[in-house]
Amino acid sequence: MIAKRRKKITLTIDGNQVTVPEGTTIMQAAEQIGIRIPRLCYHPDLSLAGSCRVCIVEVKDMGHYMASCSSPVWEGMEVRTNSPEIREARRDIVELLLDNHPMDCQTCERDGNCELQNLAYSLGVRERLYEGKRKEFPIEDSSVSVVRNPNKCILCGRCVRVCAEIQGVYNLSQHGRGFYTVVAPAHKANMDDSVCIQCGQCINVCPTAAFLEKSSTEAVWKALADPNLHVVVQTAPSIRAAIGEGFGYPPGTPCTGKMITALRLLGFEKVFDTDLGADLTIVEEAHEFLTRLQTGGPLPMITSCSPGWISFLEKFYPELIPHASTCKSPMSMLSTLAKTYYADRMNIPPENIFMVAVMPCVAKKYEAQRPEHLMPDGRPYTDAVLTTRELIWMIKCYGIDFTRLPDGQFDAPLGIASGAGDIFGTTGGVMEATLRAASRILTGKKPDRLEFTEVRAVEGLRDTYVAIGERNVHVAVANGLNNAKQVLNKVVSGEEHYDIIEVMACPGGCIGGGGQPYPSENYHVLDPQLLRKRAAALYTIDGSKELRESYENPALEELYETYLGSPGSVKAHQLLHTQYRPRLPRGIR
Amino acid sequence: MNPHCASSTNNWPEVKAVAERLLGDDVVQFIEECRKTSEPNSYLIAVLHKVQSKFGYLGASHLDAVAQLMQIPAAKVSGVASFYHYFRLQPRGKFIINLCLGTACYVKGADRLAEKLKEELGIDFGETTSDGMFTLEGARCLGACSLAPVMLINDDMHGTVTPDQIPIILDRYLKKAKQETASKSAS
Ligand code: SF4
Ligand code: SF4
Ligand code: SF4
Ligand code: FES
Ligand code: FES
Repeated sequence: MIAKRRKKITLTIDGNQVTVPEGTTIMQAAEQIGIRIPRLCYHPDLSLAGSCRVCIVEVKDMGHYMASCSSPVWEGMEVRTNSPEIREARRDIVELLLDNHPMDCQTCERDGNCELQNLAYSLGVRERLYEGKRKEFPIEDSSVSVVRNPNKCILCGRCVRVCAEIQGVYNLSQHGRGFYTVVAPAHKANMDDSVCIQCGQCINVCPTAAFLEKSSTEAVWKALADPNLHVVVQTAPSIRAAIGEGFGYPPGTPCTGKMITALRLLGFEKVFDTDLGADLTIVEEAHEFLTRLQTGGPLPMITSCSPGWISFLEKFYPELIPHASTCKSPMSMLSTLAKTYYADRMNIPPENIFMVAVMPCVAKKYEAQRPEHLMPDGRPYTDAVLTTRELIWMIKCYGIDFTRLPDGQFDAPLGIASGAGDIFGTTGGVMEATLRAASRILTGKKPDRLEFTEVRAVEGLRDTYVAIGERNVHVAVANGLNNAKQVLNKVVSGEEHYDIIEVMACPGGCIGGGGQPYPSENYHVLDPQLLRKRAAALYTIDGSKELRESYENPALEELYETYLGSPGSVKAHQLLHTQYRPRLPRGIR
Repeated sequence: MNPHCASSTNNWPEVKAVAERLLGDDVVQFIEECRKTSEPNSYLIAVLHKVQSKFGYLGASHLDAVAQLMQIPAAKVSGVASFYHYFRLQPRGKFIINLCLGTACYVKGADRLAEKLKEELGIDFGETTSDGMFTLEGARCLGACSLAPVMLINDDMHGTVTPDQIPIILDRYLKKAKQETASKSAS
């Protein structure tokens, strides 16, 4: 990590001597001696804004307070992070932020996990001194995934930065001046008419409820209460790795069994595993990849499970559409099977089945509504998508004591999955699962290597060669679309030839999805430590399974034998594959 | 070829053609010159000025076209355009009303004229009526204090105006506009 040895600087903070490399900020230096200076616009993985002034400290001989997040230390600096005056100044700053803020914490979705609320409390704001003019912007809910409520926005700019710097989408910016400033897409247009790819990262980094997912909990409660509906649910690989955080478990605690039991208590008749859809995706995708290799079809082939990425492809890189795998995502494959294969077997009319998908992702809400994923009668295969956060809320709302639940098991016939399906939830997982499958097909025997740690792009981007049998396969793995751009630009320019590329829209893959729990106290959103822990949970599950290759999944064997025929068959294409088209507005890359 | 993809997947030629058509050759050429420099993005404001002086305002489609041709995210372009006072995001009316809000005029009742104008036109300062006839703007001392309160409509100065004269004055301009269109369609 340390590239060059940097000069050391010694300073004192609250009387303690501390030595840090040159270029360190006051805020970072204070963290080294265990002081966490309050902050709001600052985010360690985004550029500095220095706009909120919540992080002010006193520096000796400076006539004014300094913003600690953006002030580098100097030799001999004397910093005070606390004094009655500083505390009062910080409190005033937050009071001013609150003076045009709606006073409705009790009815707000962020109540209890809102950074602004926490900050106001911890800085000692106990009454509203300034009652300023309130903002009166309409709530903007044109998008099926992301709802914008500018009245709760404190203009910290974190969403603007995550969208531009991490996602490379740059859908948001501040518009206007002064009191009328508003964060919005270009021309203050609706999210639905913008280049937004619905990843939900703005929701994750927003300290308040100014960005939220569009809730589907009401629709699900209603379906669960309807005696005429057969309500089934599937859960994505990464839910089991993150849901525990909502109930006080440390990050990285796998909670598969308790999650299943909780879903049964909520009233779902069957609990299916999206991992089976993931195994199926691998089998179909491996088949597609090998066909492309043989027929010289468009290479590289690029994975297609991440709907945020697919949106990005259609808006930003439409000329690469032929490179995307035509496979539906694991969620859509599983939903399709639930309303065809499962419906047939159980003799239930598909229109009586209500399919709920629990996803780490808000873009899945969009995917479910895409015309390509509607049944011939116009209803969606996936009726409702809940984020991890929404499911946690429903479990709490119902009064389920999650931590005391016994472990449950997924239901047949869509409940058996290999470890390859589990790791779909983290970066490099789809690639690793594909490489397991490709080894088997290309070498014709059980692969001697199951783990491909070189494709786990924990830092966002991997570009490497993997030997499979006789072949040296050139692979790239990217998560966070700004990272993806780097690879895609090389494909467009012809600078590099890749065989297969995995792209996940969200940082870290689904474990860092836009619908995952807000991090607990010692972590922050996008925190690599947090993402590593969640990923570790998935690798533990994979490692503990006998069944680790998609091709060995007995449930798939049965599915192909009794229903689909063979991988890539006409029926498989009808049910499990999809198509894409360029969309406007076209994004700037 | 992949049977599942739309027949044409590259929409850039169309997007570019639309942008060029909207802005016209002179602006497109100017943008191309800017793009040859080492810091093309620093010319954004200059380009926006050029577009505004050509069209009188910066419409959403103009801004999108600039974004595409300069390859700067549209959110950034529209954010910049909305920040500066001198950029107008809406077309200006046929008649620009500059109501003087300077001290002398204010003392003589410019505030009542402002109320009356807003009421008659149904718009606020900085806005344009939906028929595209009037844009209402406020000005600081127009240098005609002896005639206070004054307002300027295009190049005509109106002095010692009272609120009840406002509808009559506005009506005169509407008639003028009608006559102009009538004589245009006759010729
Ligand atoms: S965003 Fe936070 S501070 Fe604002 S109303 Fe919601 S919970 Fe309260
Ligand atoms: S959902 Fe993603 S793409 Fe859309 S505005 Fe938020 S961060 Fe940007
Ligand atoms: S929407 Fe949220 S993240 Fe974005 S500027 Fe407002 S408060 Fe900050
Ligand atoms: S956190 Fe330092 S200025 Fe906002
Ligand atoms: S104050 Fe109005 S013209 Fe001078």
